[in-house]
Amino acid sequence: MKLTGAQALIRSLESCGTEVVFGLPGGAILPVYDPIIDSSLRHILVRHEQGAGHAAEGYAHATGRPGVAMVTSGPGATNIVTALADAYMDSIPMVCITGQVPVGAIGTDAFQESDTTGITMSVTKHNWLVTSAQDIPRIVAEAFHVATTGRPGPVLIDLPKDISNSEMEWYWPDESDFDLPGYKPNLRPHPRMITQAAKMIVQAQRPVIYAGGGVIKARASEALLELAQLTKIPVVTTLMARGAISDDHPLCLGMPGMHGNYTAVTSIQQCDLLICLGARFDDRVTGKISAFAPKAKVIHVDVDPAELGKVRVAEIPIVADCKLAIEELTKAVTALVGASSKEDFWASKPRLEWAEQIATWQHNYPMVYDKSDDSSGVKPQAVIETLRSLTPDDTILVSGVGQHQMWASQYWKFRHPNTWVNSGGLGTMGFAVPAALGAKVGRPDRMVWAIDGDGCFQMTAQEIVTATMEQIPIKIAILNNAYLGMVRQWQEMFYEERYSEVYLSPDLPDYVKWTEAMGGVGLKVESSDEIENTIDKANSINDRPVVIDFRIDATEKVFPMVPAGHSNDDIVVGPAIEAYFNSLSKKDIKQ
Amino acid sequence: MSQRHHVLSVLVENKAGVLARVAALFSRRGFNIYTLVAAPTDDPRFSRLTVVVDVESSTLEQITKQLFKLINVVKISELDPDEAIERELALLTVQADVNTRSQVIELVSVFEGKIVDVGSDQLTIMLAGEPSKLDGFEQLMRGFGIIDLQRSGRVALAKLEIGRPKLHSVTGQAN
Repeated sequence: MKLTGAQALIRSLESCGTEVVFGLPGGAILPVYDPIIDSSLRHILVRHEQGAGHAAEGYAHATGRPGVAMVTSGPGATNIVTALADAYMDSIPMVCITGQVPVGAIGTDAFQESDTTGITMSVTKHNWLVTSAQDIPRIVAEAFHVATTGRPGPVLIDLPKDISNSEMEWYWPDESDFDLPGYKPNLRPHPRMITQAAKMIVQAQRPVIYAGGGVIKARASEALLELAQLTKIPVVTTLMARGAISDDHPLCLGMPGMHGNYTAVTSIQQCDLLICLGARFDDRVTGKISAFAPKAKVIHVDVDPAELGKVRVAEIPIVADCKLAIEELTKAVTALVGASSKEDFWASKPRLEWAEQIATWQHNYPMVYDKSDDSSGVKPQAVIETLRSLTPDDTILVSGVGQHQMWASQYWKFRHPNTWVNSGGLGTMGFAVPAALGAKVGRPDRMVWAIDGDGCFQMTAQEIVTATMEQIPIKIAILNNAYLGMVRQWQEMFYEERYSEVYLSPDLPDYVKWTEAMGGVGLKVESSDEIENTIDKANSINDRPVVIDFRIDATEKVFPMVPAGHSNDDIVVGPAIEAYFNSLSKKDIKQ
Repeated sequence: MSQRHHVLSVLVENKAGVLARVAALFSRRGFNIYTLVAAPTDDPRFSRLTVVVDVESSTLEQITKQLFKLINVVKISELDPDEAIERELALLTVQADVNTRSQVIELVSVFEGKIVDVGSDQLTIMLAGEPSKLDGFEQLMRGFGIIDLQRSGRVALAKLEIGRPKLHSVTGQAN
């Protein structure tokens, strides 16, 4: 059967299971947009190519399946680079199709020409420049394979216009037809390493599991729960792993790192065995690396061999898929301990003391904030806690980047994997609105809320128009403090309150009117007693996007905080937690 | 060659842009390339890069792991200088007038080089061999005046048999 390259591309996307494409057409990709009309694909027309990229990411976060974005050459391609870089840092499976000028025009500085494969080389797992229409099905199948296997990541296919227009003979490849001689991800853990790791786990007196985004990517939440419950080892969940184990579980200690809670941070500092599962010792987790978990031996599981030994040298490095490795660890530990004496075994004196120590930290330094005074705006933490109490357990929460993101991660109770969508590694402001849109498209059955900052919202708010047009009822809570809040916080704390270029104004733009102009419902909250009613109202609207402009206290800061470059031992809990601790009567303070 | 140099023999797919990917990776991760030689192998699907990198050995592991993450990289071997055959080629144009020409020719002959071009008071010399031999020759020619110099960068392959020579059979002593 003869097809054009464009038809072959669309059919290949369908063959890979694609249901939704986020995109925006232009000259070089025009031929591909024609067969979309006759296809089964749902195309979501975004208002900016960066939005297409983040929407594809949001889709992938929420579903675990690859997100697909399609844009034109030149500026279309360069506009999506930020989203590719974001997906690369956070290992998000994503397939991006870019149009390219005709093969004969490449290198001539043709209209809307850019060296897309060159530009995206360092922010994709791999990319392809198609030079023959006959290769299209194989390359598309390879692209999905590379994006979703091993350590997931974004890939890009650059498709010249004349290739889209030329003819090919249709076929569909299987994996034996792939031309990827250098790509063989190793998924099975080495049995000897597993045995050694199991021995360490059994011998440890103060162990902590450090769970990262790899647990979610590998769909290893259940396996993690089983291992943690069997061994009674507490689990910290990084920013990328929130929801990997429910925040309600007694073994879950919450988020570690620069803005992690006291117990999560300190238990890592004090542990004698750190079991790192699918995390990468990011500087926002470790603080000063030489002072990170100084007494700990490290077991490090990662599917990407390059992560092992990159930052911290592990005693036991294990290259493997997280789920397989965790399951093997559980088996090996069970074999060592013997099923009969299981309960007693984990109740040894040092392990009980460790559990007691952790409970003491939790008791003395809980996550609390100042609720007394809301004269200068509502408390952002109160907004998040109220929102959580008024939304279903499996609500998908999306955030931008900054203070609101940290508060969201700290104060939201995550109860399921794939319910937290945020930009971790790259820290991309403007991520929330398009990512929420993509998440809602992927999971229309779920309620999707974005918590956004006023600075972030202004970067990509135009995608609310997309949401209205496509009837994607996302909900957005802007924590509006009229500042680039995180930068303001650093200027307050580290630059002697010399505020440089961080003030934005609470009323400009008028977020309610702006939202209404984009076809959504705009609401505003200026005092605490309006929070609940307004969220209820937003929750009742299901046919269009809703935005609530929460006027929050601009002086509120994110605590605890480990100053950049400092040891995690230098954690600053902040005035509210300090006041709480001081309010404990002497006999209430656990030692 | 200092202790910080390591030789990597990297088998890559012979596809457009592969060298750019390798070079971009080195630049992005802050690794330094000392020399890099790329050429096809006997199999037209693959090329071999011989990369001499300038690193501490702890980051050498990172370099090989990051390189191996490139989809087009098929195989990487680190060649220990003691267990590899390394060769390099140099072309030199040297000042050699009537007074010095015979001395230059004599040195070329000692080093088993070849004179490949002759001018009125200059000679172009080709010399192949171990990189240290080229270093030595280059040093000697400096005294006469090097007009132009191009070295190829080293190529290397693993030695065929790795193991200690059997000393007793060499010396003939049974014990």
